[in-house]
Amino acid sequence: MNAPALMSAPLMHLPPVVDPSATSGVFSLLWLVVALPALGAVVLLLAGKRADAWAHLLGCATVAISFLISLILFFSLLGRGHGDRQVTQHLWTWFSAGHYTVNLDLLYDPLSALFLLLITGVGGIIHVYSIGYMEHDERRRRFFGYLNLFVAAMLVLVLASDYVGLFLGWEGVGLASYLLIGFWQHKPSAAAAAKKAFVINRVGDMGLFLGSALIFVTFGSTSFAAVSASSHQASSGTLTVIGLLLLLGACGKSAQFPLQTWLLDAMEGPTPVSALIHAATMVTAGVYLIVRSNFIFSLSENARTAVIVIGCITLLMGAVIGCAKDDIKKALAGSTMSQIGYMVLAAGLGPAGYAFAIFHLLTHGFFKANMFLGAGSVMHGMDDDVNMRHYGALRKAMPVTFATFAIGYLAILGVPPFAGFWSKDKIIEAAFGQNFVVGLCTLVGAGVTAFYMTRLMLMTFETSKRWEKGMHPHESPKVMTNPLKSLATLSALGGLFLVNGWITTWLTPVVGERVEHSLAVGSIGMSLIALVVVGIGVAVAWQLVGSRPVPRVAPENVSVFTRAARADLYGDAVNDEVVIKPGVAGIRGLGVFDGSVVDGIVQGLAASLTAISVKLRLVQNGFVRSYALAVLAGALIVIFAMLAVNFS
Amino acid sequence: MTHFTAPHIEYSQLAPVLIVLAVATLGVLVEAFVPRAQRYLVQVSLAVVGSIAALGDTFWVFDKLNPGHGTVHPGQVVAEGALAVDGPTLFCWILVLGFAVMGALLFAERRLEGGVTAFAGQASALPGTDAERIASTRGMEHTEVFPLLMFAVSGMMIFPAANDLITVFVALEVLSLPLYLLCGLARRRRLLSQEAAMKYFMLGAFSSGFFVYGLALVYGYAGSLGYAQIAAAVAGKTGSHGLLLIGMGMLAVGMFFKIGAAPFQAWVPDVYQGAPTAVTAFMAAGTKVAGFGALFRLFYVAFGGARTDWLPVAWAVAILTMVVGSVLALAQTDVKRLLAYSSIAHTGFILTAFLGARSLADIGPGNIQPVQALLFYLTTYGLTNIAAFAIVTLVRDSSGEATSFTAWTGLGRKSPLVAGAFSFLLLGLAGIPLTSGFIGKWAVFAAAMSAGAWPVVVIAVLGSAAAAFFYARIIVLMFFHDPVADGPSVVLPSILTSGVITVCFAGTVVLGLVPGPLLDLLGRVAVFIR
Repeated sequence: MNAPALMSAPLMHLPPVVDPSATSGVFSLLWLVVALPALGAVVLLLAGKRADAWAHLLGCATVAISFLISLILFFSLLGRGHGDRQVTQHLWTWFSAGHYTVNLDLLYDPLSALFLLLITGVGGIIHVYSIGYMEHDERRRRFFGYLNLFVAAMLVLVLASDYVGLFLGWEGVGLASYLLIGFWQHKPSAAAAAKKAFVINRVGDMGLFLGSALIFVTFGSTSFAAVSASSHQASSGTLTVIGLLLLLGACGKSAQFPLQTWLLDAMEGPTPVSALIHAATMVTAGVYLIVRSNFIFSLSENARTAVIVIGCITLLMGAVIGCAKDDIKKALAGSTMSQIGYMVLAAGLGPAGYAFAIFHLLTHGFFKANMFLGAGSVMHGMDDDVNMRHYGALRKAMPVTFATFAIGYLAILGVPPFAGFWSKDKIIEAAFGQNFVVGLCTLVGAGVTAFYMTRLMLMTFETSKRWEKGMHPHESPKVMTNPLKSLATLSALGGLFLVNGWITTWLTPVVGERVEHSLAVGSIGMSLIALVVVGIGVAVAWQLVGSRPVPRVAPENVSVFTRAARADLYGDAVNDEVVIKPGVAGIRGLGVFDGSVVDGIVQGLAASLTAISVKLRLVQNGFVRSYALAVLAGALIVIFAMLAVNFS
Repeated sequence: MTHFTAPHIEYSQLAPVLIVLAVATLGVLVEAFVPRAQRYLVQVSLAVVGSIAALGDTFWVFDKLNPGHGTVHPGQVVAEGALAVDGPTLFCWILVLGFAVMGALLFAERRLEGGVTAFAGQASALPGTDAERIASTRGMEHTEVFPLLMFAVSGMMIFPAANDLITVFVALEVLSLPLYLLCGLARRRRLLSQEAAMKYFMLGAFSSGFFVYGLALVYGYAGSLGYAQIAAAVAGKTGSHGLLLIGMGMLAVGMFFKIGAAPFQAWVPDVYQGAPTAVTAFMAAGTKVAGFGALFRLFYVAFGGARTDWLPVAWAVAILTMVVGSVLALAQTDVKRLLAYSSIAHTGFILTAFLGARSLADIGPGNIQPVQALLFYLTTYGLTNIAAFAIVTLVRDSSGEATSFTAWTGLGRKSPLVAGAFSFLLLGLAGIPLTSGFIGKWAVFAAAMSAGAWPVVVIAVLGSAAAAFFYARIIVLMFFHDPVADGPSVVLPSILTSGVITVCFAGTVVLGLVPGPLLDLLGRVAVFIR
């Protein structure tokens, strides 16, 4: 049955080969981009209290200089010929065994160039913002140390020229994310969220590890250059398995279904962390992985179909969850899930969508970081209250925050000419080009997005005051509003990447020629339809939220859908039922469970294993005679197995 | 008239073993003739200097073998075929002697116990009697531990080098007997320690019985005890196949017991916990090197031709060991026991390299060879483990080492340096990238994978994920929980223990960052001669 499906989308070209030239001239500075934040992290984490006075300045300076270098490199790359835009810098040979070598090399090409700008640019802005946001935290130095660590690891991830190097960065950002989610470790909820993120990410990491191992076995190498050169020789079954394993990795890191539950809990971290790691950069690493591995995915129709399905499910799921959350950060987190779903879906479209996945990734990085920092600014003025039912009418109290947030809002809705319009529209268009149902999902998603974002805007900045007693909301200091202004500018102008189809041309050396599908309604017709759907979403939100008083306490008599959405569409409940409850029941049955509280898939997994383990431990009773019996039994098994294998 | 032909012994190549044996014997004489007051200093210097001398000599022999000088010299079968001095043997010697130096230094630590070593004042005094009290108030100590250590080391050196079944059996006993004794000599918690020693001894004797029986059967099959002759018999398919299968199975039981593979792992947690921690540190690292070296040589050289017969069982044992080690580790509440179960899990991981057995012709030039992966893994595992156990000796309360998880809660707040170092070592054991453990895992998995053992590798990766969870649990406990009231404190050790920790820690870091040279070297020398 697969053969006709493959035939229906004939592949015109083989995916492009990664074939970089050695660095020269200004490109020799490439290593500094990573080294500076890494150095910053080391200094800040080791320096101790005497660095407290200047720690934040160092933290910002390292990232800012990295950004400047990235900018110089970007323009140098721009000045090069179309076919000459891949350079590599050899750092050191991590290990080599026989013909197999893992070099820690940096690969700078159009794709990593864009990521460098995003990570150091948005990262730098968020660093500056954190100066104000974390001002009263006595562990601010450590915070900046972790942030720098994150930036360095993320840069390793996108600059690695090899799956093993990528895995290194992948684990590094996971570690930094773990440390930063749990930064306020005195809160048990933060510690639990950090642990949950850690374990769920390990599940994804296993996918990436096994995928890399299979790549190594199949191609005898793990470098992008070698794999891209010979991927077309591998069997389609192998490519599909590799693709699915990489997708599992992407699901863990990018909070895609079914590994999505950790992202909402991760909002326990400080807000700049949510903006940088859990909106703009780290969670998009899965999209990067898929686009970077285009030489695998382009050749496997089945793997791409899986990617599209995951993207569709997550984009709708995230959007629905976003509708019911009263916690401003969790509503935005649901939205992040949903938007990354768009990117994953676009990446799953193959050569037709890779460039738009990256384009949306960039614009989303701008407007979502913008809105997260805006939410942080609101929280700053409201004594860290995150419940939108306690907000209302904040527009007058926080004019700058409101104005910048509104630009982010218009961008995510996809209102022209803001950034989101250009990027989301292209994805919807490409999705319809692929398949009507997939297109419909993206269109419905756009409508729901309009609904929950309008609800968020209305509950926060409009409607009546529902503030706690004695609350005096105030605008945040300049060190926080200036970053907001710069991100708002980017959110407004991000669409410029598409002028003349620049981004698709730019990425062609990495992802190959774009395959175009023409739509019956035409490009402009599609945009109009999308705008109408968005308009409906806004109108419904106005009708339900804006035109009547918002209750200060969340109403209980709500529809089953709202309840489901409030419970994160039962993501944790499913984990609970499938993994935790059987584990706990097993333990209770044994009557030895020590009553520790079990929550989330994390402990669930451990609980079920622990249950088995406790049972097994009974075997470990300390009597020599039973041990000896075990040895005897084992010996008999070994011998009989030897005989059985050979005489069966 | 019969002539006695003297055996031809290549003394220069065997000198490292002879030095260790001489030092051990000298140590016994020291006990008899040197006054009590000076024994400690004499014994410690003897053991350390002797090990270092043997290590230096091994390097000298190794240098002659090292193919870096142009021609590849694969090594030599010496002592009338009893021992094979080749790349793997010499590298095992280097590891064992290196670990012996560390072990001797840890044994010699006196500051932690307030002026005496961690070994019983008078082993013959019953626990809880006046005799014991007198022995401890007088500050008596057993300096015999140093010669015992050196005897164990000599056994560990001969074990992986042995090239016939009698030598390998003698080496097995020579390395085991001193260890049984050492395990029972703890100063604190003596009953636990003696119980551990007793168990280890009885189960060890039991498994040796299997080994000897297997030896006899294989002799019956091949008509010879030499590995080369056995290999020839296997290749020629002479003799009864059933005899060979049962013989191999029983020899495997003896070997699996020594390395702590499931289902023969039951002794590991009890012994690791009961033995004095310094002994555990040395034993965990040294026995693994010797046991795996011998296992690989026996099955690759002598039984290599019957690969297809024993590989399925080896698959099953590897899987079972990883699963048992990783799953049982989740339920532990004691740091030493946790490290013991982690060692079982690691045995399973190393066994995946064992599955990479193929004929040399099948191994392409770019592949990671099983023996190469094994030796690299043993290096990293030994260094990391010694450092981890050495750190365990530092966390103490009034009753000695405090090893329960509750006692370790919040340690990161009290001594960030020690807790940080321990966390790094745990991350290494978990195999996080840029630690040596990652490269080790990568190497053994790659070796297994290229021989087609991918189902085992998938289970191994799942096992590593479970393992990461229980390692992370301690890190979380140390850093993200509040310390318990009047919990233990970290005692500042003398230069002996801190030096060992520093060296092993540095080794772990370096092998994680620049594993290339060592992997490369091993790629050139890790070939058994036949």
